[in-house]
Amino acid sequence: MSYQFDWSVLWSAQARQWLIQGVATTLAISTLAWLLAVALGILAGALRSLKFAPLRMLAAAYVEFFRNVPLLVWMFFWYFAVPPLLPQALQDWLYDHGAEFAAGTAALGVYHGARFSEMIRAGIQAIPKTQLEAALSTGLSTVQAFRLVILPIALRLIVPPLTNETLNLLKNSSVALTIGVAELTFQTRQIETYTAKAFEALTAGTLIYLILCLVIARVMARVERRVAIPGMIAGGGEH
Amino acid sequence: MDFGVIERNWNFLLVQGLVGLGNFAGGTLRLAVPAMLLGFAVGLLVGIGRLAKSRWIRTPATIYVELFRGVPLVMVIFWFWFILPRALGVALPEYGIALAAFVVFEAAYLGEIVRAGIQSVPRGQVEAAESTGLSSAQTMRLVVLPQALRNMIPALVTQFIVLFKDTSLASIIGYLDLTKAAQIVNNREIRPFELYLFIAVVYWLCAYGMSRYAGYLEKRLATA
Repeated sequence: MSYQFDWSVLWSAQARQWLIQGVATTLAISTLAWLLAVALGILAGALRSLKFAPLRMLAAAYVEFFRNVPLLVWMFFWYFAVPPLLPQALQDWLYDHGAEFAAGTAALGVYHGARFSEMIRAGIQAIPKTQLEAALSTGLSTVQAFRLVILPIALRLIVPPLTNETLNLLKNSSVALTIGVAELTFQTRQIETYTAKAFEALTAGTLIYLILCLVIARVMARVERRVAIPGMIAGGGEH
Repeated sequence: MDFGVIERNWNFLLVQGLVGLGNFAGGTLRLAVPAMLLGFAVGLLVGIGRLAKSRWIRTPATIYVELFRGVPLVMVIFWFWFILPRALGVALPEYGIALAAFVVFEAAYLGEIVRAGIQSVPRGQVEAAESTGLSSAQTMRLVVLPQALRNMIPALVTQFIVLFKDTSLASIIGYLDLTKAAQIVNNREIRPFELYLFIAVVYWLCAYGMSRYAGYLEKRLATA
């Protein structure tokens, strides 16, 4: 191998700036998509636990369709296929304000929302039926019972799988480079293009992803310990 | 809306893009199936390595799994794209690069499935096998793995669905799979809505069909 290593390319002001921007964009798109995914996941997960069939089927259709199609296809769909269907004024606004970022967030959030909802549904199903019956018999409406009793317990139960899925979302945000979102992988490639030092650039990007994953896993482990429910199936095992 | 674009490019999208038969090296299935088989072979070694008594085997296997599970697949594909031709000293087709990247990446995930499968076999089975005089390699091959494999089947089908969807990322380095085929047609005919919706439905049909099959297998295994 006649490759000349030159790690100094990573310390130029330009490369540093690109990497910092890349990390910031990765964190921004991941955070926004995460919020969207959790909201959609809770909604669809709760709807799928209802007795009312039309809503249950609507939620099931959403989950099964979105999670069984590659994220990359959703990226292209949200970026190339959806904007032309919107009103002209909204299209113009989008193209002036970073349509890539918006499309990437939508693709990532809606895709992972379908996956989150499966976990939330599992969390809801893990709660003994008597909890819901008890909540309803105290006079709470179904919505109140879900909001005040079932969901708070379910959300605490699913923290461990949620951690895993959050890391998946972070890693999947790299797919947004295909539609031109300047996230971490995109910036890594950019450094490679400008310096022709692929090995160094890829090493930097890889290490940053590993560190981000490690930090998130640590934080979530803390959350997990704090919210674990002593005595429940999935929680408090270590207490 | 003009869904005629699908009809006009039916063969290119499905025969060439999805299956991989045609004038070009490509195909979603032609990448996904060998990647799964080879990935499982490597995953078997990784999974057994993770449970090895010797630290010299266990630690590298663990690092392998944690490393690849902590990095985006896109990044791994770029790594292989860059490193493999240099390491081997020859220009490689996209197919070789994509296949190598998927095998190595999937082996980390498949290794975890193998490990969980092995751990699901009751300890008593190992003790009984060893007490009949089998060596530990024989115990693994003749007693533990056959039972573990059975337990792994649903998880393996699920992982194959993940791999099947993930192969779309090979289009980033120019591999002609279903997604790339749709991109190429779209560049010519500018019908993004029809084309991307169509391939979404194709992916969905394959993946949903397989996931129903995994569910059926799980039920059958549970009762048998």
